[in-house]
Amino acid sequence: MEAIFEWLGIGDSVQLLSLSAPGWGMNLLRGLANSLQIALGAFGFGLIIGLFGAYGKLNGGPIIRDLLAIYTTVVRAVPELVLILILYYIGTDLINQLATAWGYGRVEISGVAAGIWVLGIVQGAYATEILRGAMLAVPTGQIEAARAYGMRPLQVMRRVTLPLMLSFAIPGLANLWLIATKDTALLAVVGFSELTLETKQAASSTRAYFTFFLAAGALYLMVTLLSSVLFSRIEKWARRGQPSMRGGGG
Amino acid sequence: MNIRNTLLGCTTALMALAGVAQADTVRIGIAAEPYPPFAAPTASGEWEGWEVEIISAVCAAAELDCEIVPVAWDGIIPSLTGNQIDAIMASMSITDERLQTIDFSDPYYNTPSVIVADISADFDASPAGLAGKILGVQASTTHQSYAQSYFIDSEIRIYQTQDEANQDLVAGRIDATQADSLAMVDFIASDMGGCCKIVGPVAHDNAILGLGIGAGVRKGDAELLAALNVGIAAIIANGTHAEITSRYFTSSILAE
Amino acid sequence: MSSFRAFLMPHRIVMFLLFVALVIWCAVSLRWDWLPKYMPLAIQGIWTTLILLVASLVFGFLLAVPLGLAQAVGPWYLAWPARAFCTVIRGTPLLLQIWLLYYGLGSVFPYIDGIRDSVLWPYLRLAWPYAILALTLSFAGYEGEVMRGAFLSVRKGELEAARAFGMPRFMVFRRIWLPLAIRNVLPTLGGETILQLKATPLVATITVVEIFSVSSRVRQDTFIIYEPLLLLAVVYMVIAGIIALAFKFIETRVPTQR
Repeated sequence: MEAIFEWLGIGDSVQLLSLSAPGWGMNLLRGLANSLQIALGAFGFGLIIGLFGAYGKLNGGPIIRDLLAIYTTVVRAVPELVLILILYYIGTDLINQLATAWGYGRVEISGVAAGIWVLGIVQGAYATEILRGAMLAVPTGQIEAARAYGMRPLQVMRRVTLPLMLSFAIPGLANLWLIATKDTALLAVVGFSELTLETKQAASSTRAYFTFFLAAGALYLMVTLLSSVLFSRIEKWARRGQPSMRGGGG
Repeated sequence: MNIRNTLLGCTTALMALAGVAQADTVRIGIAAEPYPPFAAPTASGEWEGWEVEIISAVCAAAELDCEIVPVAWDGIIPSLTGNQIDAIMASMSITDERLQTIDFSDPYYNTPSVIVADISADFDASPAGLAGKILGVQASTTHQSYAQSYFIDSEIRIYQTQDEANQDLVAGRIDATQADSLAMVDFIASDMGGCCKIVGPVAHDNAILGLGIGAGVRKGDAELLAALNVGIAAIIANGTHAEITSRYFTSSILAE
Repeated sequence: MSSFRAFLMPHRIVMFLLFVALVIWCAVSLRWDWLPKYMPLAIQGIWTTLILLVASLVFGFLLAVPLGLAQAVGPWYLAWPARAFCTVIRGTPLLLQIWLLYYGLGSVFPYIDGIRDSVLWPYLRLAWPYAILALTLSFAGYEGEVMRGAFLSVRKGELEAARAFGMPRFMVFRRIWLPLAIRNVLPTLGGETILQLKATPLVATITVVEIFSVSSRVRQDTFIIYEPLLLLAVVYMVIAGIIALAFKFIETRVPTQR
C-alpha cells in the first residue's frame, strides 16, 4: 500500500493524514465528528423551530405572524457570521444571568451546545419558510375532512398535515441540511473546534496546505454526496402512494 | 394549557441540556490559535508549551484545580467578563487600556516586541525604516496598537493569528511582521522561518506595549487574583519558573 | 387591502411605535462614542463590501452562463467538468475554499523562482484578488446549477420558432434563450444575490478590510461587544433590503408569461 503511494509521489501527504500520531488524520476525523454533531443538532433544533414557526405563520394571530416575519427576514438578511457572534454573546449572557438569578453558579456551555444553539436559530428561519410552503401545498380538502371528523388541531397536524407535507418539504430540507453542514465551518472563525479549524491548524503546523485542505474538501464532499443519496431515498419513501409524475406531464 | 406546559418542559430540558454545573475548577483561558513556543496543539489534540507548563505550575503552587480552556483570541476578554472562563493566561500584556476592563496579576514574563523580515531585508525597526512597507500584525495585540500608533507610513495588515502573519511573511506577501521576540525566535528556528531574520526590537513604549505579561482576571475577583499572585511568586522563588524556562529558552524571560 | 392600509392596522401601529421607542432607547443608552473615530473606516469598509459583492456577482454570472449551458445541452466532455466544478463548489464550505486559495497558493510562492520579480507580484501580494476570485468561483458554482435549470425551462417552441425565422444560433441564444432563461429564474437570482452578500464577510479572515472586519476592529480596540455588531447587522439589512427592492422593481418591469 505504502509503495503505491510512494510511487504516486504522495507518500508524505498520506503519512501526514494517517490516523495515529504524528499523523493528523485523527484530528481531522474528530473535527468532522464535531461538525456533524453540531450540524445534526442545529438541523433538528431548526426543524422544531420551523414547525412552530410555520404553524404560527399560517394559523397564528396577526402579531405572531408579524413577529415571525421579522424573525425570518432578519435571519435571512444578516450574514450567518454576524448572527453567530450576536447569538453567542446574547445566549451566554442570558444563560449566565438566568443562572445567577436562580441561584446556580456559573454554567458550563460546551462549544457543541453553543454551536447548535446558534446555527439552530439560523436554520429555524429557513425551515419556517420551507415548512410553510410545504404546509400550504397540502390539499385543503384533507384538512377540512379531518376537522369535520372532530379531530383536535394537534391531531390534525400529527395525522394529516405532517405526513402529507413531508413529500413537499423534503427537497427544501435536503438543501437546508447541506447548508447546515457547510455553516459549521463558520464556527471556525469563533474558535470552535470543528473540521475546518482542525484543518487550518494541521495545515499551519505542518505547512502541507494542499494536503489538508483537499482532504477536508474530500470529507465535506463525501458528507454532501452521501446526504444527497440518503435524502433522495427519504423522498421516495415520503412520496409512497402518490401518483408518479413519470411519463405524464407536458 | 397543554402548550404552556409543553413549553415550560422544553425550556427546562434546554436548560438542562446546556449543562448547568456547579463549577469548582478554575477555568484558565488560553488562545485557541497556536502560539508556539508558549502554547500549541499537538497532533493528539493536547496543548503543550512554556505557558501551558507555567499554568500547571502556578496552579499547583496556588493549590487551585485548573482546567485549560482554549478560546478564540479576539473574544477572550469578553469570555472572561462573560463568565465563560475565570482567568486568562494567554501571553496577554498588561496595558492601561486592558486594565480598564480587567485586573492583572503580577507579571510572569516580559519580552520585547521585535520586527521580523526577510533575510535580505536592509531596513531597521523604526518608523523611517518601515515607511512604505507592508507590516503584518495579529489582531487585538499590543503589537497592533503599537504599529498603528508608530508605523503610520506603513501599510498594516491585520491577521487573526500570528501564524497567518508568519505564513504571509514566508510567502512574501508582507515585508515584515511585529510580534513577541520569543515567539519570533521560535519561528526563525523552525523550518518555515529559514527565510527570515529578526531585524531588531522596536523602541519601547510602556503605555502601549505594557509592563509585561500577566494573568487576567475579572475586575473585583480579588480571591483568585491573590491566589494566582501567590502561585506566580512561589514558582519564581522556588526555581520552577527558571527550570521550565531553561527547557524552552536560552535566557531568563522574567520581568525586571 | 393595499399595503399602506395594511400598515395602518392597529397592531402594526403599536409595533411600529414600539420599534421607534426601541431605536431611541438604543440611541441614547448604548455606547456610541466610538462612532466618530471609526466612521471613515466604516464607510471605506462598506464601500469595499459593495465592490466585492458587485464584482463577484458580475464575474460569477459571466462564468455561470457557460457552465449552465454546458450542463444543459453540452457534449459530455464539457458537461462533466462543469458538473464536477459545480458539485465541488456547492459541496464544500466557502471558508475552506477561501483559505485554500489564499494560504494554499501562498505556501507555494517561496518555491517558484523569480516570482518576486514578475509583473504579477504586486497583485499576488494583495488579499482582495483572492477574495474576489473565491467569491466569483463560489457564485459561479451555485448559479451554474441555477442557470442549468433556467436554460432547460425555456419552452422548446420558442427556440424552434427562432430557428425557423432563420436566426443564427448565437442570435437565438442572445435574443431568445438567455433573456427568457433569466426571466424564469429572476426571483431565484434575487435570493442568490442576497446569499452572496451574506458570504462577503468571510473574506475578513484573509485580511480584506470590509465592514465586518471594521466591526471586529472596533470590538477589539474598545472591548464593546454588542453595539458594533448591532450596527453591522443594520448595515447588512439595509443593503439586503435595497437588493430585494431592486429585484422587485426589475421583476415588475419584466413581463412574465405563464
